[in-house]
Amino acid sequence: MNTRFLSDRIFGLVGLALAIGYALSARAIEESFLSDAVGPKAFPLIIAAVLGLASAVIVLRPDPDPVWLALPRLAEIGAAILVMVLYARFLPVAGFVIATAFAATYLTWRLGSRPIASVVTGICISLGIYAVFHLALGLSLARGPLGF
Amino acid sequence: MDTLTHLADGFTIALTWQNLGLALLGAFLGTIIGALPGLGPSNGVAILIPLAFSLGLGATPALILLTSVYYGAMYGGRISSILLNIPGDEPAMMTCLDGHPMAKKGMAGEALSLSGIASFVGSIVATWGLILLAPQLVKIALLFGPAEYFALFTLAFATLGGVSSTNQAKSAFAAALGIGLAMVGVDTQTGVPRFTFGEVHLYDGIDFLVAIVGLFALSEVFLFLEHRHGASDAAGKKIEIGRILPPVKMIKDTSGTMIRSTGIGFLAGVLPGAGASLGSFLAYALEKKISDKDGTFGKGDPRGLAAPEAGNNAAAGGALVPMLALGVPGSGTTAVLLAVLLSLNITPGPLLFTQNPDVVWGLIAALFIANFMLLLLNIPMVGLFTRILMVPPRILMPIVAMVSFVGIYGISGSSFDLYVMIGFGMLGWVLRKLDVPLVPIILGTLLGNAMESNLRRAIAISDGDWSALFASPVSLVLWAVAIAGFLLPIVVGKVVKSRMHGARQTAQSEEMDATD
Repeated sequence: MNTRFLSDRIFGLVGLALAIGYALSARAIEESFLSDAVGPKAFPLIIAAVLGLASAVIVLRPDPDPVWLALPRLAEIGAAILVMVLYARFLPVAGFVIATAFAATYLTWRLGSRPIASVVTGICISLGIYAVFHLALGLSLARGPLGF
Repeated sequence: MDTLTHLADGFTIALTWQNLGLALLGAFLGTIIGALPGLGPSNGVAILIPLAFSLGLGATPALILLTSVYYGAMYGGRISSILLNIPGDEPAMMTCLDGHPMAKKGMAGEALSLSGIASFVGSIVATWGLILLAPQLVKIALLFGPAEYFALFTLAFATLGGVSSTNQAKSAFAAALGIGLAMVGVDTQTGVPRFTFGEVHLYDGIDFLVAIVGLFALSEVFLFLEHRHGASDAAGKKIEIGRILPPVKMIKDTSGTMIRSTGIGFLAGVLPGAGASLGSFLAYALEKKISDKDGTFGKGDPRGLAAPEAGNNAAAGGALVPMLALGVPGSGTTAVLLAVLLSLNITPGPLLFTQNPDVVWGLIAALFIANFMLLLLNIPMVGLFTRILMVPPRILMPIVAMVSFVGIYGISGSSFDLYVMIGFGMLGWVLRKLDVPLVPIILGTLLGNAMESNLRRAIAISDGDWSALFASPVSLVLWAVAIAGFLLPIVVGKVVKSRMHGARQTAQSEEMDATD
């Protein structure tokens, strides 16, 4: 198999698996006794069929691979995702300003700011958003133990 | 005459101090968003929809704000095309061809303001086209039953990739994925939960705003992280603006170009599957054929700049016709505007014109106002906006990410939506790497439920007979166009795409030769 097309082949196979899983869980939808002529299953099954067909075509006629990165860059994305998940998790606990300052500091650091500049930028972004969206526009943001 | 009365009513709705202020703010923010690296009309508006929503603005003010942002972002996108030769989005690609050479000749200010005027002409004429054409289309659409609507939705998805799409399998995959996601939640007709896996948060379905912000905005952050592209593209380049106003002669010379290009662009916008990129491409190609007698196109000819700018703005206006009259957007740009309307609980379509004329005409008035604001704002302030190009992504992208979180958290106040948004961000990043278009996914999440309920209504009316979908001549025509529109790109897509890119590459290599 030509490895230049590997990405799309894998992608198509994932798509096929997704279509099968989707069809199976569509079949598992409980019918209600109130059902109409079509019912809640038919349309999802049609969609699963389209999804499967499209995936099959992608497997059979793949595009050339995109440029995937070396492992460190992928780890970079993974770390950013982790930080975002942690941010979502601790936002209601730590409050908007603190949580956002940390997350923004991390992101700007990873995008190439120097360490000290990152901290300053992170804090400024957090306070800036707080000032504009909460103080000026009155949007309710997550409140932490310190009230902000 | 009826139309003019409606339009006057629209202006009385739109012309309040608050709305004018919102239009000004939106136009200003939009231009900045468009000029910023990595933010275009689609993701700029995507970030702002949840904010407008959580700020509790009324329907018309929110609509005015967001359409101004949207139009502003399209204006702002020219700045990097012209000054840096980096198109913000695909329609802006043609703008680089003559815009950047003009800037190199020291005519950057003239190029910017001329393209502003061309955009203005394109949009204003297209808005008039919208006013005249949409009510006619509404009359036809009122004859549509559920079966016709189902065919129409299929047509929209089949042609969304446009003639320049190169991989229809991926477009179809994206559309099915989006519609599939829309199915999540409690089925409205029978009350049974679908694809919720027992998760209570999913009973209401996946909020399309969460999907849009994740797919458009967060994936952009991941792309920048991937390349650690933290420095500004404009860094180290000297940007000279020169005179701000184009000479009257230049406007006179390009007026014919603008009119022609507006016509072509508008047509390309109205027709399914063409869209703004094709509009600007055709406008440029035609103008080159007509006017390029001395071989000046591609070397900084003002007409070569005015043509694609008028063309793509007219196409954007034209694309509003099917979106407003039928409720079915024909392009990615209008899909985002559809999201704006749906998030305000407004369902576009023929009924909107009869039941909520205030919204329709208020929106149309808003389009006019936004365009005037932009012209007034852009010409004197172009120097300020060019400085926006200097903002490095290492500061901008964290702001984009955090504002996305703020907007989504503001809607529901739950961490669950944030997790879902991060998930969509990852998905968007992977799909962009694999060249899968994101717009069909968005459109699928927006229209999936309406599509299904039309199907079920059609079959219920015919008492379970599925052939009812193909019973009327109108639906047969729609199906035929859908199939043709889906198959056509497979035949000609590569050719059109390579021509569009080819034009740009030739221009670039010529430019290289010129500098050598």
